[in-house]
Amino acid sequence: MPDLGKYAAEVLAAYGVSLLLLAGLVVLSLRKGRKARATLAEVEGRKHG
Amino acid sequence: MSLWEYANPVKFLGLSARVQPFVWGGAGLCLAVGLLWGFFATPDDYRQGSTVKIIYLHVPAALMAINAWFMMLVASLIWLIRRHHVSALAAKAAAPVGILMTVIALITGAIWGQPMWGTWWAWDPRLTSFLILFLFYLGYIALWEAVEDPDTAADLTAVLCLVGSVFAVLSRYAVKFWNQGLHQGTSVPLATGGRTVSDVFFYPLLISMIGFGLLFLALVLYRTGTEIRLRRARALLARSERGA
Repeated sequence: MPDLGKYAAEVLAAYGVSLLLLAGLVVLSLRKGRKARATLAEVEGRKHG
Repeated sequence: MSLWEYANPVKFLGLSARVQPFVWGGAGLCLAVGLLWGFFATPDDYRQGSTVKIIYLHVPAALMAINAWFMMLVASLIWLIRRHHVSALAAKAAAPVGILMTVIALITGAIWGQPMWGTWWAWDPRLTSFLILFLFYLGYIALWEAVEDPDTAADLTAVLCLVGSVFAVLSRYAVKFWNQGLHQGTSVPLATGGRTVSDVFFYPLLISMIGFGLLFLALVLYRTGTEIRLRRARALLARSERGA
């Protein structure tokens, strides 16, 4: 861990919040994508079945 | 082969599936290298101390916040002129990524501004135009959700995107237009090459900027695929309901 001096709280807060937001969007996007695939597979299955 | 072939959803999904592993991999690699290098291996600035490390998040996020809107503008124009659904869905898919980049730029800017300027916020031209861009993103996303018919929603949001482009331009050039306020001008003018950032900060910043750009691309490709599948599912359901 580098010595961040008197601004450690600011730097760590900036990195913490940003990485959390980016990770959150990636997770939500993947979750929505999986759900969309399942929904489409179900509707197409109903159509052909 | 024409670029317009990829307006076909099936062809778009095929190409997207082929390139996505490379784009996601490149994004992860560049973000890891750029952010770890910037955080652990760059010195403090002689005036700003360790807060200079916020540059590796703030600048790439702000860059992508504006560029995301321009990508949405191009996609919206393609929708309005050529009526390709994939382009409208790509614009819709990009908006949440763009608003997240805007939020990161605003939050990291406030965190950086407090110790350097003595305030979290100022009604400075760049900050204010960025806040308005954030509100345009909110309005754009809300409009997509509020209008039931997808083609009408695409039309209305495309027009909103055209109007909001004024603020995307202002966000980028506000410092030059008004030449006042707390926010400095760009430190990395890619067009002219006359940067004011030392190499020791610039190279990790450049890698981080590429990483943010690739992450944006990866997310937009993935989310556009999701929107295409949801649209097809809705169309099939509507068709089966009409047939029943």
